[in-house]
Amino acid sequence: MASTKQNGTANLAANGQNGYRVIGTRPVRPDGVDKVTGRAVYAADVQMTGLLHGHVLRSPHAHARIRSIDTSKAEALPGVRAVVTAADLPVAEDKIEDLGEGAINLKYLSDNILAHEKALYHGHAVAGVAAINPHIAEEAAALIEVDYEPLPPVMTVDDALADDAPILLETLRTDSMGEIGSEQTNLASFFRHQRGDLEAGFTDADLVVDRTFRTETVHQGYIEPHAATALYSADGQITIWTSTQGSFAVRDQVCEILQIPVSRLKVVPTEIGGGFGGKINVYVEPVAVLLSQKAGHEPVKIVMSRADVLAATGPTSGSNIRVKIGVDSNGKISAALAELYYEAGAYPGSPVGAAANVSLAPYAIDNLQVDGYDIIVNRPRSAAYRAPGGTNVAFAVESVVDELAEKLGMDPAEFRILNGARENDRRPDGVQYARIGQIETVEAIKESEHYQSPLEGNYRGRGIASGYWNNWGGQSSATAVLNPDGTVNLNEASTDIGGTRASIAMQLAEAMDIDYEQVKARVVDTDTVSYNDVTGGSRTTFATGLAAYNLGQQLKKEMKRRLAEHWDVEPSGVSYEDGVFSAGGESLPFVEAADLVQEEEPLMASSTVHPQDFGPGFSTQCVDVEVDPETGKITILRYTIAQDVGKAIHPSYVEGQMQGGVAQGIGWAINEEYIYDDEGHLLNASLLDYRMPTALDLPMIETIMVEVPHPAHPYGVRGVGEVNIVPPAGAVANAVYQATGVRMDKLPISPANLLEAMWAKQAEGAAELVPGDD
Amino acid sequence: MDMAKKIAVTTTLNGEESIFLCEPRQTLLEALRDNLGLIGSKEGCGNGNCGACNVLLDGVLVNSCLVLAPEVEGRDVVTIEGIAQDGELHPLQQKFLEHASLQCGICTPGFIVSAKALLDDNPAPSEHDVRLWLAGNLCRCTGYDKIVRAVLDVAEGDS
Repeated sequence: MASTKQNGTANLAANGQNGYRVIGTRPVRPDGVDKVTGRAVYAADVQMTGLLHGHVLRSPHAHARIRSIDTSKAEALPGVRAVVTAADLPVAEDKIEDLGEGAINLKYLSDNILAHEKALYHGHAVAGVAAINPHIAEEAAALIEVDYEPLPPVMTVDDALADDAPILLETLRTDSMGEIGSEQTNLASFFRHQRGDLEAGFTDADLVVDRTFRTETVHQGYIEPHAATALYSADGQITIWTSTQGSFAVRDQVCEILQIPVSRLKVVPTEIGGGFGGKINVYVEPVAVLLSQKAGHEPVKIVMSRADVLAATGPTSGSNIRVKIGVDSNGKISAALAELYYEAGAYPGSPVGAAANVSLAPYAIDNLQVDGYDIIVNRPRSAAYRAPGGTNVAFAVESVVDELAEKLGMDPAEFRILNGARENDRRPDGVQYARIGQIETVEAIKESEHYQSPLEGNYRGRGIASGYWNNWGGQSSATAVLNPDGTVNLNEASTDIGGTRASIAMQLAEAMDIDYEQVKARVVDTDTVSYNDVTGGSRTTFATGLAAYNLGQQLKKEMKRRLAEHWDVEPSGVSYEDGVFSAGGESLPFVEAADLVQEEEPLMASSTVHPQDFGPGFSTQCVDVEVDPETGKITILRYTIAQDVGKAIHPSYVEGQMQGGVAQGIGWAINEEYIYDDEGHLLNASLLDYRMPTALDLPMIETIMVEVPHPAHPYGVRGVGEVNIVPPAGAVANAVYQATGVRMDKLPISPANLLEAMWAKQAEGAAELVPGDD
Repeated sequence: MDMAKKIAVTTTLNGEESIFLCEPRQTLLEALRDNLGLIGSKEGCGNGNCGACNVLLDGVLVNSCLVLAPEVEGRDVVTIEGIAQDGELHPLQQKFLEHASLQCGICTPGFIVSAKALLDDNPAPSEHDVRLWLAGNLCRCTGYDKIVRAVLDVAEGDS
């Protein structure tokens, strides 16, 4: 194991000490200059001749039957070119397909684009308008008359599972481990993972902690609102320019929704202004296509407002969670139970399955049970959000672990090492670990200067927490063109959200033993390479990087073969070292060889991969907080994250992922939540009231990159994008306990929630005091 | 007033006199992007909470989504497109690249314009000064660490 700590100033130079030419250096990204000068083209920046502007009308009700829609007044407004409703969508089949990151029922997918019989959340799209400018489109949308029959809203797990709960989807039946129920319900599915003997494990325990927790709905919070432009050409060919984590996921979803063959749709990915899982589902894309078709084959651009983004995209699930863990007198976990109730939003598909895997993953446990419940409520259909479902459950588990360690009188890091998962241990669902780095991340925190340093002062506290994310392999396609000047064009289709053009190009450069600057990486459209899965699951640098590695090997091999012909030797007789090909007395530097080998025939390579053996990621984090006892406001004084990154290809972007995930986790922990009134209206659909962390809310975030190489990748890469968001809420909650003596059982630990809990504790303490004693 | 009837606005835009037509209801951000083709200023929220559209108006940092386009008549506007001079990146742009201060990059133009306004006013800010000044710009990718370091690096280079 190696670990690298950021020492306060970025190491901008190549480290040159790791045996690699390119890997481990920190070059400037290929798209960098365009992004600092304002030239980079994002989805809302797309312009073209004859462009019309779309607007989407949304439901003012959380739950309502749509009796009728009258669009005549909107259509009559001068400047309006087209109006569409769900009646313009083909009738979708009630079948399940995997179109991105997880399975989706096509009927629900279509229903979420434009509501058919019912509006199922405040902000649910009902109709679309295209006009000659966005102002007219908005005016026209306001002229559409929708006759709603409002129904009682179902906003939480408890509402949804109540005996007399209103039903959201009339045809929904509970899928209980494959068995389909017969009653109408809001419980979409139930599953259970179990092993060992849970009862015996709890009977054997010397100490058991059993707690319940509540977390609120939060949004991914990308700064770029969703936007798309569609052109339905007169020849039937369709092009969509959009900001997405997966251009092929957009293609496949739109083609299913509109029932057109994939050959008729090309998706051109623009630059993307953040996604975090929230830019996999399509929203405005199919509406723009319908409008373009109806408006006489003119292009239509739809740009969401921030309020629409918050009301109708994302978010991730609120949840009710119970965690019960027993330990023996030595502090070894003897049994653990987790019950996870996740709110999916208006259609089935919360991340509760992934949450179950995350739940107890950092620990080696013989007797366990994890139950998952996927529940629909009148909130936006939930979308993936960075390690989907993980932060909720880790908050609960890490709070209970902290309480156990405290009651045992054990250091919380020691408790995690004693019980930590290692190679050959099993995840809650039974998947066995290969080489993993959980213990190493705990040790890195335990030995860090941060953890070793004293923390003094009133209302200050320190907390740690661990987390797991499985990562993903997925399918990737890429091609490489060797230019006669010794550069290589790398064409790949993985959306670059945080520097992956650089990290993928670096792997190709390393494989070919050439400089990073010799590789020109670009993200291409769906007509240019084969199928490519979304940038999600922390898979891109791993899997598309693997494709780039293969491209490098192929190009080198073919260059050797052609040089062997030229030099009249066996291909095996040609060697390539330090950027020079040689055989016998002949030798040729790479750049010259690139020209020579293409005198007779051009050279390019293609690679498709679908790696199954992707290495999971673990992270352990330490935070110091200070609580203002007057206001309940939490100040983050210091933060350190240790994460097993396998091998950091571009360390700056790895640190960036770690720091960004922590920042989002802190926002989730202390501020962010969807606030609804009793009728299910979203009250805080703005960035003033949906309060994400600012620069002033955070300290520098210290990073410790633990490198336990992943055995199934040529450079040891593990996905690094997601696990960092799993521990922060637990770590902050544990620090708040140290600072205040209050164990928070809900997120966010906002000033109001924390003050209420502190006052309750004071009242409890006062009641216990002997009269007259102060 | 007919909000759709266009009026002509004369302004100094990135150092050069510019005349453009706009509707009275259009924001400066909309006019910059749609009427003038300057797409570097971004709309993240449309109500002054994210800073992605920040520009300098007579040297003062403003959210261009909260300024009506006709308000810039006779005034001086500097956008992200006017930060690099004579083909050379501004030191802030260079340091943002070196420190990997951007991931998705959508907030980057706003941060660079805001940081320039800070350094124009206070060439030697403390870390707290930088964090306070940049609190009007939201970034969801980076956790701000590498942004703050880049700005401090530029300030240290100047002093």
